[in-house]
Amino acid sequence: FYLYIGAEERRWEASQVGDVDPGMSVAPPHPHTNTDSFQEELVVRPLHSGDIYASFQFRTVWEADFSRGNKVSHYQLFPKSLGQVISKFSVRELHISFTQGYWRTMQWGQPFLPSPPGAELWVWFQDSVTDVDGTWKELTNVLSGIFCASLNFIDSTNTVQPSAAFKPLGVGNVTDHRFLRYATLPREIVCTENLTPWKKLLPCGSKAGLAVLLKSEKLFHSSFHSQAVHIRPICQDQRCKSTSLELRQTLNAVFDLHTSGQAKREWSLFKMFSRTLTEACPLASSSKIYIDITDNSQGEQFELSPASSLLSQAVVLGDRRTFSVYDLTDQATFGSTRSLNLLIRDMLRPLLHAERYVAGYGLQTGEIHTVMYNHHPYRSFPVLLLDSVPWYLRLYIHTLTVTSKGKENKPSYIHYQPSKDRLRPHLLEMLVQLPPNSATEVTVEFERALLKWTEYTPDPNHGFYVGSSVISSLVPSTVATNTSITQEQPLFSSFFPCKEELSYFVRVYTEPLLVNLPTPDFSMPYNVICLTCTVVAVGYGSLYNLLTRSFQIEEPSPGLAKRIANVIRRMRGVPPL
Amino acid sequence: HRNLNGAGQFFSSGHTNNWAVLVCTSRFWFNYRHVANTLSVYRSVKRLGIPDSHIVLMLADDMACNHRNPKPATVFSHKNMELNVYGDDVEVDYRGYEVTVENFLRVLTGRLPPSTPRSKRLLSDDRSNILIYLTGHGGNGFLKFQDSEEISNVELADAFEQMWQKRRYNELLFIIDTCQGASMYERFYSPNLMALASSQVGEDSLSHQPDLAIGVHLMDRYTFYLLEFLEDIHPASKTNMNDLFKVCPKSQCVSTPGHRTDLFLRDPGSVLITDFFGSVRKIEITMETINLTDPIKQMEEK
Repeated sequence: FYLYIGAEERRWEASQVGDVDPGMSVAPPHPHTNTDSFQEELVVRPLHSGDIYASFQFRTVWEADFSRGNKVSHYQLFPKSLGQVISKFSVRELHISFTQGYWRTMQWGQPFLPSPPGAELWVWFQDSVTDVDGTWKELTNVLSGIFCASLNFIDSTNTVQPSAAFKPLGVGNVTDHRFLRYATLPREIVCTENLTPWKKLLPCGSKAGLAVLLKSEKLFHSSFHSQAVHIRPICQDQRCKSTSLELRQTLNAVFDLHTSGQAKREWSLFKMFSRTLTEACPLASSSKIYIDITDNSQGEQFELSPASSLLSQAVVLGDRRTFSVYDLTDQATFGSTRSLNLLIRDMLRPLLHAERYVAGYGLQTGEIHTVMYNHHPYRSFPVLLLDSVPWYLRLYIHTLTVTSKGKENKPSYIHYQPSKDRLRPHLLEMLVQLPPNSATEVTVEFERALLKWTEYTPDPNHGFYVGSSVISSLVPSTVATNTSITQEQPLFSSFFPCKEELSYFVRVYTEPLLVNLPTPDFSMPYNVICLTCTVVAVGYGSLYNLLTRSFQIEEPSPGLAKRIANVIRRMRGVPPL
Repeated sequence: HRNLNGAGQFFSSGHTNNWAVLVCTSRFWFNYRHVANTLSVYRSVKRLGIPDSHIVLMLADDMACNHRNPKPATVFSHKNMELNVYGDDVEVDYRGYEVTVENFLRVLTGRLPPSTPRSKRLLSDDRSNILIYLTGHGGNGFLKFQDSEEISNVELADAFEQMWQKRRYNELLFIIDTCQGASMYERFYSPNLMALASSQVGEDSLSHQPDLAIGVHLMDRYTFYLLEFLEDIHPASKTNMNDLFKVCPKSQCVSTPGHRTDLFLRDPGSVLITDFFGSVRKIEITMETINLTDPIKQMEEK
């Protein structure tokens, strides 16, 4: 199967449009049996700037219920390594992501699944866990072995317990935030050694289905790359008498138009991934590719090759978009292809986005500014801002100001936990109402601490990272969202649960900050020792000599004539001269 | 218990499993060649059969996905860019700031915190042959870790003695590619150790050649010729250690590689390369017939 979106201009024939089903074109799931199910999908969305956004989602549903302490020993499609982790550490929900690059909201729109740069891990434990901190420490160590990442650097100095910003995404009643832990590692690098174990968790591995496209040389040569694992309990059926465990593995990548070496806006699966598809994963109940063709509905020059008769519409991120669907489980999809082009015109402007930066000068004090933009013309909505700042930036909360349009904007809910040196970071959560069409700025001053000399990294002049702020909000939308939890939906529009029809959930991450701390000159101990020893040696040596040296008078040695005369005198037995 | 007198050399190697600990100790982009060194040994060792679960790979910095790398997710050994030693299936166990002297010594001696995952442990026993490869910047009697600390040859020798006392190895091959590398094996005193170094005390190990597209030197000379030598080895080859000692003579390496075999019980000529670099299982073929017991019948439900 070779999908090529190329450069020639041809008319898009309206007669090719088949079932435009406003709901789904996905086959209903298997009737409820005691087996796991696996679905895979790929969404390709051309972006306004000419780049292209590809989002993979792999979903495995496992009919297992851990909440009552059941033990499981038979694994079918669900990976055994994760299953053992969940049962051993009594995990209710687990969300881990590894991201390289920063998502540019204003150029690219909203991602389907947001993630901050670096590594992010947040976990809801079952309420049967007695020592959450100890379990958290062991869990991070085990996950660092599974994903080949330095997650063992997560400890109490960068872990927080948000009270409002990270509610559970699965079903369940527990909302006691003592069972929640959240940590980020903004410095974490993502490379092939993280992708390899992630691919091994898939039922078909990287041998069949959509995962054959995941080759590291092309994936890491992109502007943005993010892979994540999300585990949460979901209802098995409408009545929700019992739950099953859902594992979603997602991979988002944005390929840059210019670095991939082409001038024309031509994209194909081969150009993006250097691979083509040959078959669906045999273990998958559904395997689909969705190409976003919303901007083509006015009939601009647009060719999608091979053309598909299946169309689907879905409401995602407050926008109703049309997709051309390719079903890989249908053998007829794999035929020969022609070529086509894709022109992008307009895109729904994201209503919420945020920036963060450090102001000030010198190495003693500074200010953190977080700016949140509300682009809705007349509606205001509340956002929840979560900030976790390491202890070595001492925040002065009495200088916290929130201003919108020049006037003070008082938050309706503030949860602040001060830091303890070397024990825990600052945690600041605020509920702020953003007025329509405005920029709200949150400012707080800080002072930099001097670390002990063993606490510096081997490269302290690089700077120290502060994790991204998280802004969560229910944004009003003009299009009604589908709120049914069990009706079959494409994976990309059904991740965040939505209780209201007229709004959708959005999570925006800001940039991480890079702050320089006052760095001592590490060669100084050596310099001091050398100088002191030299001074002591020279000073003491001189003083000792002066005090203990005794002077004796010495005769100058006689000249040559006198010495010969003395020798003759000695021979004669006469005393010398 | 092993026979420790001269007759020991007549026994063939009694190892049953192979382990490898491969360490790159340098940080920063201009030390690209040290990561390439370690990855080329990793590649050879994997190719000859040692699985990832038996390899502890420690890389102090990330070169493949470094923002200065014009070809992401690749690490090349030669400027013709034919061989991507990073590959598609790599498992780095200790990376970045985790590569410290303390972690290295803990891995060797086995004294790790209880929550350490299996992939980060050296779970060797008294029948394991271990290959240890170190590369980075070194001097007379020390090896520098990440510009902030160093390990001395005395510490290393003591760590190996701890391993011997705890019966954590059967035979150990130690290879080091740094400046003045021979100083690192001067202080060894435990039995069954064989050591190779890329240069003698007072000499510098030199790098091979720079690549103008990537902008740094891609590999060190000793490991470059070692990789060339190992590419010709396959799991069934009978090449022995004497050939390994001849790798990279002074004409190619500019420095003089050295080796030490006085602590090793067997004659180096009888030690196969695959005893350390590969994972060759000893199979005994039997012609006897064995009667299996009757299968266990399921209990009938009453």
